[in-house]
Amino acid sequence: MMSVRIIVVLAVLTGVTGSPNVMIKPEADMSAHPNSVPETVEETEIFGQQNVPVLVGEEAEEDVMATGELNPNHYPAQRAAKVVQHYLNTRYGSPYRLFGLQRVNSGNAEDVADSGRKYQLEVTVQEIIGNTTEKCSAEVLFPRGERQGSAQVQASSWEELLKNDTEAQEEALYQEYKMNQSLVTAQNLPDSYGHIEPDMKPLWHLGFVASSFVMLNESTENTLYNMAQVANVTQLPTENDQLKFDYHILLHEMVSQEIIHWKLLFTWSPPEGVKVLQMEQLPHCHHCEKPPNTN
Amino acid sequence: MEKKTRTFWIVGSFLLILETSNSLVEGLESTRSYDYTKYHSMDEIYRWMEDVERGNPELVSSAIYGHTYEERNITLLKLGLQNPESREKKVIWMDCGIHAREWIAPAFCQWFVKEIVNSYKTNKKLEQILQNVDIYVTPVINVDGYIFTWANDSTRLWRKSRSTPPPGSGCYGVDLNRNFNANWGTVGVSFDSCSNTYCGKSAGSEPEAKAVMDFVGKLVNRTLCFLTIHSAGQLILLPYGHPEISAPNYNELVSVGKAAAAEMKKLHGMNYTVGTSPQILYANSGSSRDWARLIGIPFSYTFELRDKGEFSHLLPEEQIKPACEEAFAGALSIITYVHDKTYGTLPNAAVTTMTTTISGVAMTIWSTVMVVSLTIGVLM
Repeated sequence: MMSVRIIVVLAVLTGVTGSPNVMIKPEADMSAHPNSVPETVEETEIFGQQNVPVLVGEEAEEDVMATGELNPNHYPAQRAAKVVQHYLNTRYGSPYRLFGLQRVNSGNAEDVADSGRKYQLEVTVQEIIGNTTEKCSAEVLFPRGERQGSAQVQASSWEELLKNDTEAQEEALYQEYKMNQSLVTAQNLPDSYGHIEPDMKPLWHLGFVASSFVMLNESTENTLYNMAQVANVTQLPTENDQLKFDYHILLHEMVSQEIIHWKLLFTWSPPEGVKVLQMEQLPHCHHCEKPPNTN
Repeated sequence: MEKKTRTFWIVGSFLLILETSNSLVEGLESTRSYDYTKYHSMDEIYRWMEDVERGNPELVSSAIYGHTYEERNITLLKLGLQNPESREKKVIWMDCGIHAREWIAPAFCQWFVKEIVNSYKTNKKLEQILQNVDIYVTPVINVDGYIFTWANDSTRLWRKSRSTPPPGSGCYGVDLNRNFNANWGTVGVSFDSCSNTYCGKSAGSEPEAKAVMDFVGKLVNRTLCFLTIHSAGQLILLPYGHPEISAPNYNELVSVGKAAAAEMKKLHGMNYTVGTSPQILYANSGSSRDWARLIGIPFSYTFELRDKGEFSHLLPEEQIKPACEEAFAGALSIITYVHDKTYGTLPNAAVTTMTTTISGVAMTIWSTVMVVSLTIGVLM
């Protein structure tokens, strides 16, 4: 009797724990299954149907702009921080001093009633030519509504950015261009291969600074500007001890991916820095690249 | 041995040695004499593809899988080794040059091929990957656009294809990375044919985009990963471009992307930001990356290579080497991950196997005890 009881107990226990051939499979990875797209995609009409509101040239989330603390890596903080770069270059840039945005450390945004939208940013800025970096605080106000106009920027701790001494180099360049027998001209800085002749680099840097005035003026929360190329440089006769230049520059606007042409007339000297006299956007002639076949 | 026969053997052996060393040299030369630190014209790239294939027949084969608007070949190189057990091979896809002006991208595809060719014989892991996976590399998808950027100084910054203007317009080209069948025409696009984000007249209307969709579409069930290479911005973008759609494996896409970015940073200290396009760049639709994820390829990334705006698309040639080195590290990191995930050499997979083994052993012991007890019980 005892033995039968033992057998029954063991049999029951086996039944409960399962057979010796049980296979423990790793959890099936549903994400690899071809049909595991989010249900929302099939159910909503976003899949390219006619009755979807088409957002042409704008972003879907424009109505729900980020407020409060911002993710420093996301585009709202990044675009605002780029404006700080343009501002610093207009104020303190020179043929031997250029600023690039290295990273955004933190950011905050808030709506300012009747004025627009204000961003507070902690950024790390790089002085490109001397290859030094510095932390900097800045505020960027993008005007909205009735108030038009360009972004307003305030930056603090900028003094540290000027620590690289460029006085001697700037003076030497100034004298060289002032005393030149013939006025300087140049094209395509950099060229198609990204190359700039060493003695042309200061002209490229000057273009960077001058175009920052345009980029500062044109920047909004929906743009991200960089200078793509200096297409043409023409030095004009020196006036009032200021070197004078006519530049044709190409800007790259990231969100639209467009290349925008600008003509800039500006002066420069070491004590006065860059002063823009005229800036004019040039229409880019699409038809000019290749004539369409018209019969 | 007869004199004639001996001569025959001597001459024959000599010719054999000559031929073998010739193809060895050719194989090496096909990668060594080509300057990977310079930008190359399309003619040079076509010729290079032929040389690489001819010089490495056991690893490289080519295929023409479509034609551009101006009827040029769209060519890929398939990198793979014979699988010892003749198992079905999985697929990894990489394309470069959807946007014509992003010259560093085709430069990277060529660099990638060169790295694989030069190291697969001495890198056991790479050899294993190539035995299990075929890597399809298209150095230039938008051939017409790329050639156009080489025409003269004023064309260097062209982005789109070179399709003829639609009726009533004077503007050429479609943004191929807005033309794929993935929420086409919904966000981040323009319907103005003069715009640089013109998405075309319908999803897949452009032959270049259609060629990719047709070819990859046939391989989708075997495809582990889809990488599309662009510049600039130093970003690793994951699907989707639409701000209201998330991939079901978003978390894994992020962690794999971040691991790749970490590998990239080790080389030259460059930061690559990881996220969806609407998070870190802008919303968009109709991208090849989105299309790949939508049809079920689990891992799909857009790489935006150097730089962050100093030169943008006009990246100096002296940066080709460091840019490609870091991009290679990033791409290889993702390729290795998706390979190991499938072929069970990941740490997680190992733990599961271990658990399986332990449970199996436990059950064996238990059933032995059972049988013994039963036997004893019956005998008693």
